[in-house]
Amino acid sequence: MDMTPHFPIYMDYGATTPVDPRVVDAMIPWLREHFGNPASRSHAWGWEAEAAVEKAREQVADLINADPREIIWTSGATESDNLAIKGAANFYKTRGKHLITVKTEHKAVLDPMRELERQGFEVSYLDVKEDGLLDFELLKSTIRPDTILISVMFVNNEIGVVQDIPAIGALCREKGIIFHVDAAQATGKVEIDVKKLPVDLMSLASHKTYGPKGIGALYVCRKPRVRLEAQMHGGGHERGMRSGTLPTHQIVGMGEAFRIAKAEMAQDNAKARALQQRLLNGLKDIEQVFINGNLEHRVAQNLNISFNYVEGESLIMGIKGLAVSSGSACTSASLEPSYVLRALGRSDELAHSSLRMTIGRFTTEEEIDFAVSTIKQNVARLRELSPLWEMYQDGIDISTIQWSAH
Amino acid sequence: MAYSDKVVDHYENPRNVGSFEKGDESVGTGMVGAPACGDVMKLQIKVNPRTGVIEDARFKTYGCGSAIASSSLVTEWVKGKTLDQAASLKNSQIAEELALPPVKIHCSILAEDAIKAAVEDYKKKHTH
Repeated sequence: MDMTPHFPIYMDYGATTPVDPRVVDAMIPWLREHFGNPASRSHAWGWEAEAAVEKAREQVADLINADPREIIWTSGATESDNLAIKGAANFYKTRGKHLITVKTEHKAVLDPMRELERQGFEVSYLDVKEDGLLDFELLKSTIRPDTILISVMFVNNEIGVVQDIPAIGALCREKGIIFHVDAAQATGKVEIDVKKLPVDLMSLASHKTYGPKGIGALYVCRKPRVRLEAQMHGGGHERGMRSGTLPTHQIVGMGEAFRIAKAEMAQDNAKARALQQRLLNGLKDIEQVFINGNLEHRVAQNLNISFNYVEGESLIMGIKGLAVSSGSACTSASLEPSYVLRALGRSDELAHSSLRMTIGRFTTEEEIDFAVSTIKQNVARLRELSPLWEMYQDGIDISTIQWSAH
Repeated sequence: MAYSDKVVDHYENPRNVGSFEKGDESVGTGMVGAPACGDVMKLQIKVNPRTGVIEDARFKTYGCGSAIASSSLVTEWVKGKTLDQAASLKNSQIAEELALPPVKIHCSILAEDAIKAAVEDYKKKHTH
């Protein structure tokens, strides 16, 4: 790979990862010469494409220790979440109408849940503890006799915390409740073994794990067998669960990406852990800095920090050599700050003051050092500009002030 | 989101940053916004008590780049103006000068509120 430093330095792996060059190389032939439709059973163009799709299915299954027949191709984790949640809820609706999820889930889980509420289902959205982890007792007490599905993400996209999937899964099995896990941010970062994990449905994304965008998969457990109502009709591909011509090149890319993820997870994680520590060490001594989310139960690739009294968007504007994201309202079109940080009980101003830095396979020590120095410099500069910082320095507690909301 | 050159200029070289001496009778202070909303502006004017003309201004802003730029710009504009002239500044003038996109119009409104509050504060101090 070309080692020229690229500006801005990419520290937004949680949004999407670069496609690994090996993945690109694997994909190209399936765009150029091998263009056949994997569903064409009558000639060699189709047969070779089908073989490539099935090889990729094995590679994806292999990363989570599933049977290849348990892998359904989709367009990405959002579609997988929709298929899992709406598909299972509608198939099992005669058993009950209650579903449970968590307030810090991705919108790809929360929005399908809202849609199901419109259809007459009831959904409980659980609060999390201050560190972002699920309160297991609260989950237990929320389960009702008519609860049919629980959805909890493996790794949170904003704060990187890892939920206790084995324990939640065991509870679901005991109660006979379908358990869906959004693992979009987990593949290649945490060990996943569905032979041991009591998970019924698991959403997988390609582009968070160095594969291309536009392709994902849903793991659908065969033992015990989980049934879904299809959300896409038109030919009965993918065992009738998801119709549509399979994009061979995308699938081959995801397969190669997951093969590499399995082979290199240990080294990727060791490297990321060291870089995360380096970043943390560089920033933790700044005054009034708060880490969002549990540090121990967290993937190595994420650091989410609030710099009190500095507004997130202005900080991002200052650190223009870095491509990061913020939990601040201004960067998104909405005026609400990050709902994930709010769910942690963070004050609005801390939520407005947060940076999410996500690193990965191609991040270097030099990039981390640059990030630390530019962040420090800009936090100091913006605090000089901040009336809240001035008040803090004067010993005024800003929470006691009557602010005029606008 | 791309920022206009003027917003970037004010963000990188903010004018009149700071605070006046506490207890200075010739100073009016306006503090508007709320931390929960992601913007707080503190704008101060130093007024010549004889002429009623604003001789100097300072600001501090917690907020996005457009909020910082709006308040920085306003400190430049109010200098040399009478209290009434300053209080009649319109947010649309600020938004136009900085080429603010629609989602950032509230920053210019906040800056208008800040100057009005500072004028109000000064007048309150000097009516009795």
